[in-house]
Amino acid sequence: MDGMSEDGHLHDDNHDEAHADDLTTQAYPLDLAAVRRKLQDKSGKQYWRTLEELAEDPHFEDLLHREFPRQASEWDESVDRRDFLKLMGASLALAGMAGCGRPDVEKIVPYVKQPDGMVLGKPLFFATVMPFGADALGLLVESHEGRPTKIEGNPDHPSSMGSTDVFAQAAVLNLYDPDRAQTVTNLGEIQSWSSFLQAAQGFAAGAKATNGAGFRLLTGTITSPTLIKQIQDLLKLYPQAKWHQWEPAGSDGAREGAKLAFGRYLNTVYAPGKADVVLSLDSDLFGAGPGHIRYTKEFTRRRKLTGPDSTMNRLYVVEPTPSVTGATADHRLPLRASEVGIFARALAAKLGLGGNASAPAGSEKWLEAVAKDLQQHRGASLVVAGEQQPAEVHALAHAINAALGNTGATVYQTEPVEGNPVNHLDSIRELCGDMDAGKVDLLLMLGGNPIYDAPHDLDFKSKLKKVRNAIRVSPYFDETSEYCQWHVAESHFLESWSDARAFDGTASIVQPLIAPLYRTHSAHDVVAAFSDKQGVSGYDVVRNYWSSAPGHSMASVDQGWKKWLNDGLIEGTKFAPVSAAPKFSAASLAPVQATPAGQIEFIFRPDPAVFDGRFANNGWLQELPKPVTKLTWDNAALVSPKTAEKLGLTQHVASRGGEHGQILSNVIDVWLSGSKVTAAAWILPGQAEDTVVLPLGYGRKRAGYTGTNKGFDAYAVRVSSALWTATGGEIKKTGANYPLACTQYHFNMEGRQILSSASLEEYRKNPNFANEGAEAPAPGLSLYKGEAEFPYHGNKWAMAIDLNHCNGCSACVVACQSENNIPVVGKDQVMRGREMHWIRVDRYYANTPSATSGTGPGDTTKYDVSLDNPDTFFQPVPCQQCENAPCEQVCPVAATVHSAEGLNDMVYNRCIGTRYCSNNCPYKVRRFNFLRFQDWETPQLKLMRNPEVTVRSRGVMEKCTYCVQRITAGRIEAEKQNRPIKDGEIVTACEAACPSEAIVFGNANDPNSRVSKLRAQQRNYSILAELNARPRTTYLAAVRNLNPELEKA
Amino acid sequence: MAQIFHRSTNFISRVSLFGTLLLAGLGLVGVLALARSPYLTNQRVVRSQPIQFSHKHHVGDDGIDCRYCHTGVETSAYAGIPPTKTCMNCHSVLFANAGYLDPVRDSFRTDQSIEWVKVHRLADYVYFNHSIHVNKGVGCSSCHGQINQMPLVFQASPLNMEWCLDCHRNKEMNIRPRTEIFNMDWKAPANQAEMGKQLAAEYNLRSTTELTNCSTCHR
Repeated sequence: MDGMSEDGHLHDDNHDEAHADDLTTQAYPLDLAAVRRKLQDKSGKQYWRTLEELAEDPHFEDLLHREFPRQASEWDESVDRRDFLKLMGASLALAGMAGCGRPDVEKIVPYVKQPDGMVLGKPLFFATVMPFGADALGLLVESHEGRPTKIEGNPDHPSSMGSTDVFAQAAVLNLYDPDRAQTVTNLGEIQSWSSFLQAAQGFAAGAKATNGAGFRLLTGTITSPTLIKQIQDLLKLYPQAKWHQWEPAGSDGAREGAKLAFGRYLNTVYAPGKADVVLSLDSDLFGAGPGHIRYTKEFTRRRKLTGPDSTMNRLYVVEPTPSVTGATADHRLPLRASEVGIFARALAAKLGLGGNASAPAGSEKWLEAVAKDLQQHRGASLVVAGEQQPAEVHALAHAINAALGNTGATVYQTEPVEGNPVNHLDSIRELCGDMDAGKVDLLLMLGGNPIYDAPHDLDFKSKLKKVRNAIRVSPYFDETSEYCQWHVAESHFLESWSDARAFDGTASIVQPLIAPLYRTHSAHDVVAAFSDKQGVSGYDVVRNYWSSAPGHSMASVDQGWKKWLNDGLIEGTKFAPVSAAPKFSAASLAPVQATPAGQIEFIFRPDPAVFDGRFANNGWLQELPKPVTKLTWDNAALVSPKTAEKLGLTQHVASRGGEHGQILSNVIDVWLSGSKVTAAAWILPGQAEDTVVLPLGYGRKRAGYTGTNKGFDAYAVRVSSALWTATGGEIKKTGANYPLACTQYHFNMEGRQILSSASLEEYRKNPNFANEGAEAPAPGLSLYKGEAEFPYHGNKWAMAIDLNHCNGCSACVVACQSENNIPVVGKDQVMRGREMHWIRVDRYYANTPSATSGTGPGDTTKYDVSLDNPDTFFQPVPCQQCENAPCEQVCPVAATVHSAEGLNDMVYNRCIGTRYCSNNCPYKVRRFNFLRFQDWETPQLKLMRNPEVTVRSRGVMEKCTYCVQRITAGRIEAEKQNRPIKDGEIVTACEAACPSEAIVFGNANDPNSRVSKLRAQQRNYSILAELNARPRTTYLAAVRNLNPELEKA
Repeated sequence: MAQIFHRSTNFISRVSLFGTLLLAGLGLVGVLALARSPYLTNQRVVRSQPIQFSHKHHVGDDGIDCRYCHTGVETSAYAGIPPTKTCMNCHSVLFANAGYLDPVRDSFRTDQSIEWVKVHRLADYVYFNHSIHVNKGVGCSSCHGQINQMPLVFQASPLNMEWCLDCHRNKEMNIRPRTEIFNMDWKAPANQAEMGKQLAAEYNLRSTTELTNCSTCHR
């Protein structure tokens, strides 16, 4: 095989299999056939989290039961008794001395001239936006004495509405990342900015002589009006220069689909809040893509249940691999990516739009029900095509929306938000062609990382070598930078002036929160360096642009500027809807053939944590359990259980000293498009059959300390002819195993009812379903004194989490990490079950109401236990703040004690690390600092920490505090004004971040507080209520709005 | 057979038994006393500062209000050390040529901060908030002593947890009317117990249970 490449080889820097295996007494691989046999015997509704749990694998259960497993006592570097006594004696002597140190002299360094409006010790919040692809997310950034420490959403901004996603939450870590490029370099040598400016002038003069014939510009998607204008001006200066764009996870499908439907590139904006029925055609509408946070919010507000009379919208999802959106769906149909297009054609035909496509086998009934439902909700339904779907599917979605009368109601088009929309694949192909032909003398790359992420067959690397002068602007010195003559370290968006448009066209000023930490510059500075306006500051460029922008003037900028910065958006910049009728008939589409059954279809998807690879060096995102797979630190080739059986793939849980979280997974070689990639396989229930997902963004070779050599590089087999869906590949088991760190293997449900759900119909029939079946403890049956000891006169803090809203996006996890100075522990420690997240999001699978044997809707006894398309639920679990807290009773040093407001206070300076509390915690929410996980040396990271929260050291237990620092701050403000704390005044970090408004915190003593109202609902239940721990964190059971037609037949 | 041990051994054994206990007890007392001693609490230790700034002069003689410099004390956790600009408000005119004030002018000219030596130092895991104390009737001098009589500031109180809790447990005995917060010479009146009770009710002070919760100060 020529052109074969080892590029995507799976990296594993410090855990080879031999090491992983050495403590495993015996491996018991997962037997999927046995799981299915077991399932046939089951009846009734069931939840499970892992395949092993479902299989009731005795070895797995045995493994989890052993708190201190067999090998735990074995210590490799053992000491003999005499040495041990010596060590103990010495440490005892020293331990006594350690507390006797006199405090050092500390300095206070006040300002020379204190900035206006600053009160030392009080954070300030500044509005800005985070540009991301074809969207910009409105933010309020918390600043402590000039250091941005925490990111919140901007409630006034249309794309945020006050919430954020994982990427925005993790942006502060990127800012303070010590691995960022810190200066301008030329051929690896540090250069000054002025020498770069000089060089740029030289390049500019050379380019001018040829009218810019050899000058090329490569950028990602840009929504900054200022930068677009700068580039356009640059192109006027060099008429023959060309602007190319490449966004590896961008959506050419959406662009070309609009062109196909409307004749030109248009931007599509949805209003899921106005839709009663939503159909997603492989769209991760709520998980990724422009506007996803707003869409989530709008959608879940239509699912808010206040009682059995409430109504709900309905979501249908057709998708090849489970996504956050699919997990929220009322009805989900796994179809292969290529079949989604056929499904869309068949739906169009069914709705009378022409064509005579028939639904993919097995989905006929589904299609009929969906078509009927859509038709019954004309003008209040919505069809959304996925970003990775081809143009035809997008065009069909436009046509269907128009035919259903949704255009103008639940969906509308605007002018494109991005500057100069082009087909990115054509664009990069043309650039590569020109580079290959030696036509490019000067290549200026703003962002991106094409050597890593351009289609593999274009061989960007060898073509870049033919370019005489390549200049790169990028926050990291990465794979591409190595082959560029000049590298300009790029400023973070929190360090530079710019502007950006959101998904609906709303423009905002990007306002810096801090002066650049290093000698970095923005894209504006670099583009200016090649123009006739060299040296102009970013601030002036932005202001100048807006002074001359349509509808604005110098005076209006002067007048509006402060308001724009304050509001975080420029009023009146939202794009008006464009009335565009699809001039396109479904009948004109050429029929497509699905990939033949049995042939494996490979699909590429941006990773939910590191996206296209740009966040690879972000430890918070690397360690974030991915919403559906719950894998950390790695990507894996995702396969469905059936495909796994066919290919003979399996996995087994390793017990490394009994620490749970390491799964040894079969390694496969994927031969695709002439290259090979070696990946670990991962069995994912709910995935379409014969589909293998290769998540992008891993296998980075030069990402930094955190991101280099993690996972496998799916770009190595991604070619321009099959950007999202590829066939004709081959899979071979290598026989090796690879350890994956998965957080969903830490504990076993033991058959208890931890999660509760019902269909809307069941809920209406029996609103109290969530509390049935649970053994209610008799009142007063407790050894604890309870309310006699703690009467909770004042505030009684409580949290209610509505599982009907939660879609598992995990923004809360990163928000909590950022707010509470939670360290990153690394893959090795996650495999030992030692991750430190104070809030975890558990993923549950459930069997769906029976498709065959049911006697009708509402019959809860008949369920089809399915591995292939289970219902998916998420349950965020922070500390439950029990009233009868088991942890408090066992602490020998009173390091965890009850507060008068019902918090389980954690006192770090008292904790001696016995871990009794964690052993006694039924919810397993306590986290122990087994090692000194916190980085105390790196100066940048010191700037990042929240000064209101203690930085914990080794040997200390910690857990969710309900953000006690925020409670205290709120209480102090209220007390100073001599008034009670208002409901909603204190917002925990997780609650603030949550896009679906699933988490509500407040005072349970106030009957009018939001949390009290939720707690009063019948759906409200406690986990493990039978233990009588009386948790303050309660859950509201999930309800799915099932279509009776799909339920019955 | 003769007795091996002399009779006096009984006495010695008793003495050594009780003596050991006594010594151990004394040792413990010693350790506890040491922990509370100024040697470890830094109480009453006068720190040398880059500028020999006298609170006695500025507060006692000139009568400048605490809040002129410590601007955050009513609104923020930190009272705040004033920026050089605050010094220069007066000293650009007063003693404008005094060599003694060179460091102040240097700081203002070069934009380099004056590095003061911290006098009141709490452990990192303690989160003290000035504003709530000042707003709820705890005067400056209750913790900082009579600053108006200190040429160089020293730490008047031990600042250990025991001392904090003493006040949180007996808040009535330690609060004063809001009008007297910044009065350095305020002394508790004879009817403090009675007045304190009234003030505590008027200021809505939280109960002792609440004030002694761990999370009141630690988080």
